[in-house]
Parts: sequence; C-alpha cells; structure tokens
Amino acid sequence: MNFLDLAPLAVVLPIIGAGAAFLARQQVKTQRLITIGILCLTLSLEAGMVAAVWGGESYAIHIGGWESPFGISLMVDGFSSFMLLISTLVSLAVLLFATSQGLADGDEPGPVSVFHPAYLILLAGVSNAFLAADLFNLYVGFEILLTASYVLLTLGGTAERIRAGTTYVVVSVVSSVIFLMSIAMIYAATGTVNMADLAVKLPELDQGPQLILHVMLLIAFGIKAAVFPLSLWLPDSYPTAPAPVTAVFAGLLTKVGVYAIVRTETLLFPGGEVSAGLMAVAALTMVIGILGALAQTDFKRMLSFTLTSHIGYLIFGVAIGSPLAIAATIYYVGHHIIVQTSLFMVAGLIERRAGSSNVTKLGSLVKLSPALSILFFIPAINLGGIPPFSGFLGKFGLLHAAVQNAGPLTWVVVGAGLLTSLLTLMAIIRVWARVFWRRAADAEVPNQELVDQAASVAIENAAGGAQNPALGLKLAKELEAESLPWGMRYSTASLVIAGIALTVFAGPIFEFCERVAAELIAREPYITAILPL
Amino acid sequence: MSVNITFLVITGVLLACGFYLVLERTLTRVLLGIMLLGNGVNLLILTTGGRRGVAPLFQSGLDPEEYSDPLPQALILTAIVITFAVTAFLLAMIYRSWTLTSADELADDTEDIKVSQKTAYDEEEDSPVAEDTTEFVDEEGRPVREGEE
Repeated sequence: MNFLDLAPLAVVLPIIGAGAAFLARQQVKTQRLITIGILCLTLSLEAGMVAAVWGGESYAIHIGGWESPFGISLMVDGFSSFMLLISTLVSLAVLLFATSQGLADGDEPGPVSVFHPAYLILLAGVSNAFLAADLFNLYVGFEILLTASYVLLTLGGTAERIRAGTTYVVVSVVSSVIFLMSIAMIYAATGTVNMADLAVKLPELDQGPQLILHVMLLIAFGIKAAVFPLSLWLPDSYPTAPAPVTAVFAGLLTKVGVYAIVRTETLLFPGGEVSAGLMAVAALTMVIGILGALAQTDFKRMLSFTLTSHIGYLIFGVAIGSPLAIAATIYYVGHHIIVQTSLFMVAGLIERRAGSSNVTKLGSLVKLSPALSILFFIPAINLGGIPPFSGFLGKFGLLHAAVQNAGPLTWVVVGAGLLTSLLTLMAIIRVWARVFWRRAADAEVPNQELVDQAASVAIENAAGGAQNPALGLKLAKELEAESLPWGMRYSTASLVIAGIALTVFAGPIFEFCERVAAELIAREPYITAILPL
Repeated sequence: MSVNITFLVITGVLLACGFYLVLERTLTRVLLGIMLLGNGVNLLILTTGGRRGVAPLFQSGLDPEEYSDPLPQALILTAIVITFAVTAFLLAMIYRSWTLTSADELADDTEDIKVSQKTAYDEEEDSPVAEDTTEFVDEEGRPVREGEE
C-alpha cells in the first residue's frame, strides 16, 4: 500500500463534502464547518502527495484494479500534484474569505446556501481534471467544474449575472462540444483514449490526421484557457460574479486549460509542429489582453484582462518547449494562480471598503485603508514583474529559455512579452495612483463618504500634531476594521504571503519544476507508469 | 474500420445547424443549437464504434470480433447525461432572463459600451494640473503651501 494510492481522495473528499454540505443546507454553521474541514483535509493529503513525488516519481492508480489501457487511470506526478496543491491552497483561502464575508453580512439559509456544495464540486472537478490520465476522464473533470461554475457564476440570479452567465455557459458548452468531437475522432483514429496509450499510438498516424486532432484539442483547451482569439468571453463574464467566485475562477479555471495544453504538447504531440502558431497566438494574447486592460475603468474588468494577457506567457513557454521553458511555465502557473487570486480578493476588499470597484469613483485609500494598500501593492508589483518577486523570476526564466535558441519569431514574442510586462506595470500604477494615492475629492465621480472620511483622518492628523502623529492612522485603522472583517483581510494576507513564499523558496521550487519539466519532456516516466510492460 | 457514411452526413448536418443556431442572439435558438450539437457529437462517437455487432455481453464461444465496441456507447451515455444537465440549466437561465428582462435576446454588456464610447481624452491624465496640489492642511482645512505658516 503506497501513500499515493490515496490520491483519488482528492476528488472523492470534495464530492462527499458537497453531499454533506447540501444535506446541511439549513444549518449555515455546519455547512461552513464541513466545507472548511474537507478542504483542510484535502490540502494536507495533497501536501503529502507533493512530498511523495518531490524527487520526481510518477505513480499511476488504476481505478477498480482494471489494467491500463482498459480501465480508468489516474496519474500522480510532479506536475499534477503541484497543480493540485496550489489549487486547493487557493480555494481554501478564498473559502475563508467568502465565509468571513458571509459571517459579517449575517447570511441566512436561502437560495445562496448552494454556494458551499457548488464550491466543493468545482474543486472536485478541478482535481479530477489534474489527475485524469485519459482524455475522456479529463472531459468529465472539465464538465464537473464547468457545471459547478455555471451555478456559482449566476449565484443569486440578478439580471447582470444572468446576462454574463449566458455568454459564459454557451461558450463553455461549445468548447466542450469541440473537445468531445476531438475525443471521438482520436478514438476513431487510434482506438484508445488513454493518454499514455495515445502517446505511443498517435505518432504512428499520418501527418495530416495528426495535425487535425492536435489543432482541435488545442482549440478546445484554448477556449478554456482563454487564449486569444478565444479569450474574449472571459472579461465579459467574470467581473459580475461575487468577489470570491471571481477570485477562485481567475485562479483556477483558465489554468486547468493551460494544464491540458501543456499535457497535450508534451505528452501527446511532442514534435512541436504548431509551435510557430502557438508563438504568434501567445504574442497576440499578451499584447491585446493588456491593451484591453489599459482601456478599463473598472478594476475587476482590468484584472480580467491582465489575466487573459498573462496566459500568453504560459503559451509562450509551451511553444518554446525546451526543458527550461517548461519548468518556467510550471513555476509561472503557480505564481499566476496565487497572484491573480489575491488581486481579485483585494478587488473584493476595495469594493467592500469604498462601495465600488470603478476607479473613477475612488481615491485616498492609502490614507483611509493602510492595510488594504499593502495587500494591493505586493501582489500588484508582483504581477507587474518587479524584481525580486516571483513574477519577475517566472518571466526571467521564460525569456532566458526563449533567447537560448531564438529565431526571428521568438525575438518578436520576447519583445511582446517585455512590452506586456511594462504595460502591466502601467495598468497597475494607474490603479494605484487613482484608487490609493490621489485625494478622494479629486476623483472624476467623487464618493462623498470617502471624501468625508479622508477629511476626518486629515483633521485627526492635524490634531495629533508632532506629539501624536499616529492619530489619523488609528482612525483609519478603525474605519478599516469596521468595513472589512478580519477574516477577509487575513485570508487575503495569507495568499499574499503564499505569493511571497513562492519568491523566497524560489530555489527549491524551481528545481522541482525543472525535474517535473524533464519528466514531461522525456515522456517515458508517464508512459511506463501507466502501461504495464 | 468501416464507417457508416449516412451517419457521418447526418452528423455534419446536425453540427452545422447547431453551430449556426448558437450564433443567434435569441436564447431559445441558442438552446436548440446546443441540443443539436450534443446530438451531432453523440452520433459522431457512435460512428467511431465501427460496424454493428452483437451486444457486448459476454457469451461463451463467441468470437471477440462479433461484439460491437462497448466503449463509445459508454462515452455517449456519459455525454447524454451531461448534455441533459446543461440543457436543463440553460433552460432555467433563459426563463430567468425572460422573467427579468421580458426579452428572449442577449443584451449587450453596459460596461463594454461605456469603454467603447470613451474618447482618447482622459480626465485624470490629460486635464491641466492645478497649481495647488498640497495635501497639508491647517486647522481650518485650508491647504498650506511651502513657505507659509
């Protein structure tokens, strides 16, 4: 009995929890306890899994004892367990954020009590997609997480959310249909859907059919990962959802698509036939996404655009395909999940503190909400790629891998990457300058409450004078504590700290990513772990 | 592997009609399109099973070649259930949308329209800077400039 045999619990535990949470839908406290308990349990299980595969092992689990390629297999290797750990960590932080928000608002059992079960189902779907070792199981994982996400996105059923939800559901269904079509065609061509088996059999096909199957899979995953030109649904649908939902979607859902793309490119179609196309797409994703971000006045919409923009870096890494590039991509995925989620949580905090996430209405927050400013500032410059943060390290790794054997196209994409990084910084600084730095009275649409609060803090400061300089700060902290429950602040802070930890422990983590990348590119460990020889 | 050409043609027609309907703005048509897409793909999976055969239940003495391929059938079963759930959800959402807006059409995103109507002039960045930008105020709240007491 190997410890890794427990891996299916990463999927099963959330599903059991969802059932229990649904049964307890009238008791909000029990429901909360169940959800948090289940996530803590899953998190510790996955931490154990990462520790078990830290040295670079691959371990396959055959569900029900059916031998591959006939039964359903799950794959625990460095890549899947790393993604599992990060995704559960992020969902736990967001759950605590949502719980604290609910506690503060005194939520009562009602239609919204479906949040906890749907949230756990979402996590089960994400875990299933990461662990799946056959394409159809991957499809099922996608469908589980998508169906849960439909519910979460339209929570409450307001007109705005229904409108956004419709676009989201239709686009997701179409991407699933394309994925299912490619599975059918792959099965017709090879007679298997097991990924290890496919890795052996797909190269035996003719070039033409291979290319069609390859591109169809990439289109299906590209929609889910929000790669340009298939990304425009994302900024349209994410920002209207409740803050915790947007935060967890931004962190996890697109990355499941990226994960699938990395698996496709490294395991199923390792030749790099479409890498030129991927590079072009990566450059467009980065530049167009970030230009969209610059045009926004709503902070959440701006974040959604930076989210799609930075997917471009990940695609770029996949397109280069060298061990260093793949390692940097994996590291960057981890960084991006944590940073984007924490920024969306900060957006939720700003909205709660100041009543709006529209930057034209905000100001003075650095004086009014010092803790919030710090929580915004660290992940923001991390996203902008300022050294020494993980965003810089990931981008540096990618660009370093890119220039090692660069052709003209690669140099263009490197330029696009640097430009995007600069423009991200600009977008972030504009938000900082407006929301935090300027006076609330200078806003285009001044918010009277903020203006009054800023004035009273200024008066306190003046009253304190030289003897008591922290008087204004004290008032600001009181005001902050009043509007932002400690649970929301601390859950955001814990994720910000996780982002910093990714920087501090960059050495061992990047070495781990390099081992994982070497395994992915070798393909041999994956195939031999699943197929009996 | 032999392929049933009729099935393939029907699959093609279903998918084409489905994609056409999904591009509509009317939500019920989109729903119909999604249903057609689901059925089209199911038919496509069915054709991948190859020729017809005996039901895939083990009978002793029967040549393995005689059975039809059970895997596509299992896949279709899963796909049908998923399509069913999604269709039901969409139907509920369309009904909700109709209750709220009494229209069967997908509305434009208001924030999108705002952004697209923005001019190049940015109030915050392009407006002339006021001379007095000090943040220091005296007791009555008047701004204090350099050199003043």
